[in-house]
Amino acid sequence: MNSLIFRTIAPLIVAVMLVFSVYVCLRGHNEPGGGFIGGLIAASAMAILGMSSGAAEARRALRIDPLAIAGFGVFIAGFSGLLSLFTGSPFMTSIWLYLELGQTSVPLSTPMVFDIGVYCVVFGTISAVALALEGGEEEP
Amino acid sequence: MGFGMDASIALVAIAPFVAALLAPFIHRLARPYAGWVLALVPGGIFLFLLTLIEPVVAGGTVSASIGWVPAYGLELSFLVDGLSLTFALTISGIGTLIVLYSGAYLKTHPHLGRFLGFLLAFMGAMLGLVLADNMLALFMFWELTSVTSFLLIGFDHTRQAARRGAIQALVITNIGGMALLVGAIVVHHLTGSWELSALGGEVRGSGLYGLVLGLFLVAAFTKSAQVPLHFWLPNAMEAPTPVSAFLHSATMVQGGVYLLARTTPWLGGTEAWTWILVCFGGATLLWGGLGALRQNDLKQMLAQTTLASLGLSVLLIGLGTEAAIAAMLLYFVAHAFYKAGLFMVVGAIDHEAGTRDITILGGLADRMPVTFIGAAMASLAMIGLPLTLGYFAKEEMYLGLMHWQWSDMAVLLVLLAGNAMLAGVAMLVLVRPFLGPVLPTPKLAHEAPIAMLAGPVVLGAASIVASVMTDWLGHTLVEPGAAAILGEAVSSHLTLAINPASPLLWLSIATWALGYLVYRQAAAMRTLLRRFGAGLGWTADTVFDAVMFGLIRFSGAVTRLLHHGRLEIYLATVFVGLALALIVPLGVFNGYGALLPNADLGNWSAKLSWPQLQPYEWGVIALALIGLGAVLLATNRLVAILALGIQGTAVALIFLMFGAPDLAFTQFMVEVLSVVILALVMTRLRLDELDQRPLEDLARDGTLALVCGVGVSLLLMVVLSGTLDTRLSDLFTATSVPIAHGHNIVNVILVDYRGFDTLGEISVVMAAGIAIMALLRRRAKPAVPAAPAPRRRRKAAP
Repeated sequence: MNSLIFRTIAPLIVAVMLVFSVYVCLRGHNEPGGGFIGGLIAASAMAILGMSSGAAEARRALRIDPLAIAGFGVFIAGFSGLLSLFTGSPFMTSIWLYLELGQTSVPLSTPMVFDIGVYCVVFGTISAVALALEGGEEEP
Repeated sequence: MGFGMDASIALVAIAPFVAALLAPFIHRLARPYAGWVLALVPGGIFLFLLTLIEPVVAGGTVSASIGWVPAYGLELSFLVDGLSLTFALTISGIGTLIVLYSGAYLKTHPHLGRFLGFLLAFMGAMLGLVLADNMLALFMFWELTSVTSFLLIGFDHTRQAARRGAIQALVITNIGGMALLVGAIVVHHLTGSWELSALGGEVRGSGLYGLVLGLFLVAAFTKSAQVPLHFWLPNAMEAPTPVSAFLHSATMVQGGVYLLARTTPWLGGTEAWTWILVCFGGATLLWGGLGALRQNDLKQMLAQTTLASLGLSVLLIGLGTEAAIAAMLLYFVAHAFYKAGLFMVVGAIDHEAGTRDITILGGLADRMPVTFIGAAMASLAMIGLPLTLGYFAKEEMYLGLMHWQWSDMAVLLVLLAGNAMLAGVAMLVLVRPFLGPVLPTPKLAHEAPIAMLAGPVVLGAASIVASVMTDWLGHTLVEPGAAAILGEAVSSHLTLAINPASPLLWLSIATWALGYLVYRQAAAMRTLLRRFGAGLGWTADTVFDAVMFGLIRFSGAVTRLLHHGRLEIYLATVFVGLALALIVPLGVFNGYGALLPNADLGNWSAKLSWPQLQPYEWGVIALALIGLGAVLLATNRLVAILALGIQGTAVALIFLMFGAPDLAFTQFMVEVLSVVILALVMTRLRLDELDQRPLEDLARDGTLALVCGVGVSLLLMVVLSGTLDTRLSDLFTATSVPIAHGHNIVNVILVDYRGFDTLGEISVVMAAGIAIMALLRRRAKPAVPAAPAPRRRRKAAP
C-alpha cells in the first residue's frame, strides 16, 4: 500500500471513522447501530491505519494493546450486569439514570455500559487480529 | 438460634480459609513465629467449640443456617450434635498442635507460608465436612478436602513420587466424591430434602436403597481407604510428616468413617450394611496390620496401621450395637490422639536423627527424653494399656461381641488378631528407636524444639487425663455421640475398676500377649511377609498405574484421530456436519417426501411466474450473481476473496431493502473486514495466488457447498411455510420503549433482554481472539532465520 494518496488520506478517514463508530455505538439504543457495529467500524479504521502507516505505527497510535481493550470490554460488560445486584435485583437488571444538564436530559444506563463493553471487545479483538496479520512482528 | 450463632458456626468452617489466604503474608511478616501466630485460628475455633459442649451434652443440638442459593432452596446449614462436635473438637484441637509443629518442622522452608495456608484450608474443609447438615454443602466440603489434601500431599512437587501420591489420592477420593454427589441427588429425589437431619427411614424402605447404599459406601470406602481402594493412603506418605500426622489421624481418612456414622440412622442397620461393613472393615484391619509388619520405615509402618484402624472403625460401625458405636467413638478419639502423636514423634526423629529406618535406630531415649515420653504415652495408648483412652476403646469393642454366636466369635478373632498386630507395631515403634544400644545416626540426634514436642506430649497427657475422668468422658463424649449415631439415648458405663472374673480382662491380656509375640518375631515376620508380597506379583497400586497409563494412551489415540492438523479435512468435517444438521432433521420431522413439490399443486411449473421487481432490485440480484459467478470462475485466490465480498455486499443490500438496517449495517462491516483479513491471512501464509486444487478436490468441495446451500434454502422455505409464532416479537415490540427505554428493538434485545447471551458471545469473541493471536505467534517462529541456532541463544532472543 504505497500509494501516496492513500497514505495521505488514510489518517483523515480513520479519524472520521473512529468518531463515527462512537456515534453509531451510542445511538444504538434508538437508531440502527450499537456496540457490535461500532466496534466493527472502529476495527476497520484500525485495519486501514495499519495498511497505510504500518502495524507498528497503528499500535503506537492506539497506545494500549488491543487485546487488553478487548479484555477490558468483557470486564465492564460483566461489571455493568453486576451493578444491579446492589439494588437487590437479579443479575443484569438494567438501571437507568437521567442526568439533567441545563435544557436536556442525558439518559445513562447499565445497558449503555454493557454496549460500550461489546464495542471494546469487538474493536479490540479484530484490531488485534488485523494488526498481527499486517505487521510481521509484534511488540511485546 | 439467632444470627450470632448462625454466623459463628459458619465461621468455624470459613475462618480457616480466610487464615489460609493470609498465611503467606503472615509468614513473611512473622517469619520464625508464623506457626505460633496461625495456630491462634484453630486454637480459637477449638475454644469456641468447647462452649458448645454444654448444650449438646444437655441433649440438644445446635443448628445454624445461612442462605446459600435461596432460589433453589440450598442452605449452608450446619448441625452440631454429639457426633459432629466430637469430630470438630478433635480436628481443631489436633489442628492447632499440627500448625505449631509445622512451623518448627519446616522452619527453614521457603514456602512454609504456602504450606500453612494449605493446611488451614484443609482444616476448614474438614470442619465444614463434619459440621455440614446440607448434603450439597457436605459434598462441597468433601471435595475441598480432596483438593486441599492433593495440594498437601504434592507439596514437595519437584519429586515425582510426591506428585504421583497426590494424583493418586485425588483420583481415588474424587471417585468417591462423585459417588457421594450422585447418592445425595438420589436421596433428595427420594425424600425431597437436602438436609441430613431431616432424613428418616424412607430411604431404607425404598427400592433404590441398594443404589444409595452402594454410592455412599463407595464414597466412604475411597475416603477411608478400605481394601481394595486402600493403596492411595500409604503412597500419600510422600507428604511432609505434619501432613501425614494430620490427614491420617483425625481428618481426611476419618471423613469416610464420619460419613458412615452420620448415615447410620437412615442408611444403616440392614443386613447388607452390616455384612459389607464388617467384611470390608475386617479385611482392611488385617491387611493393614500385616502391611505394617512388612515395613521398616517408621512412617510407612504408621501409615499401614492407620489402614488397620480405619478398617476397625468401619467394622465397628457395621456391627452397630450400642457398645460397638461407643467403642468406635472412643477409638476415633484415642486413635486420633496417639496416631497424630506418633507421626509427630516420627517426624521429630527424622528431623533430628536424619532417618526413619527402624533397623538402624536405637537408644534415642537419652538424647531425646521428652520425645521419648511423648512416644511412650502414645504407644501405650495404641497397645491399649489401662489409664489410656485406647484401653476403653478396646474394652468396649470386645464387650459388644460377648454373645457367644459363631459370627460374633469370628469377628472377635479378627479383632483380636488386628489389635495384637497393632500392639506389636506400637511396641516396635516405641522400643526400637528409643531403647537398646545407641546406634549411630546420619545426624547427631538431639532434642526437638518445643513446638515439635508440644503435640505428642499434650496429646499423650490428654489421653491419660481423659481416661482417668471416666464419668466425664462417658457423659460428654460417649453418650451424646452414640445418641447422635443411634438416634436414641445411650448410657455410658465406663469404669476404671478391673474385674478379674470378666472375660474382657482376659481378652485384653490375650491381646497384649499376642502383641508381645508379634513384637518378638517382627524380623522373621517381615522377611516372610516380604517374600509373600514379592510372590504376589501385582498389587492394586500397579493396577492403578496400568489404568492411568491406559487412559493417557487412549486420550492420545483419540486426539491423534481428531486432531490430525490437516486444515482441509477440518473444514470438510465442519461442513459435512452442517449439511447433515440441515438435511437430516428436515427429513426426519417432515418425511423426505415433504422436500418434493406438493402433489396438490398439480402442474406446479405452470404456476411459476416471473417476479415483478423494481429495476434496482434486479440490479442487486445481478450484483449477487456476478459476485457468485466470479467466485466460481476465479482461479486467482485474491480475486475470489474480493468476489465473495461483492456477493456479500449484495446480500447486505437485500437486508437493507427488506427493512433490516442493523443486519445490513453489520453485514457491510463484516464483508469489508473479512475481505481485508482473508487477504492478509493469504499473504501471511504465503499461499500461492493461484488456486490449483485437483479436480476431485473441486468436486468434493463443490458438492459440499451445494448440499449446504440447498439445505439452508430448504430450511428457510420450511420456516416460511409455517406460521411464525410472534409472541416473543410482539412482547419485545410492546415493551421495548416502556421497559427498556429503547426504540431499536434489535439493540435492546442484544444488550438488555438477551444481555446474558451477548455477554457469553463477547467472551467467546475474546477467547477466539486470544486463540488466533496464539496461532499467529506460533506461525511467526519459523519466519525467524532458519539457521539452526543453539537452544540457549534462541531463548535469549527477544
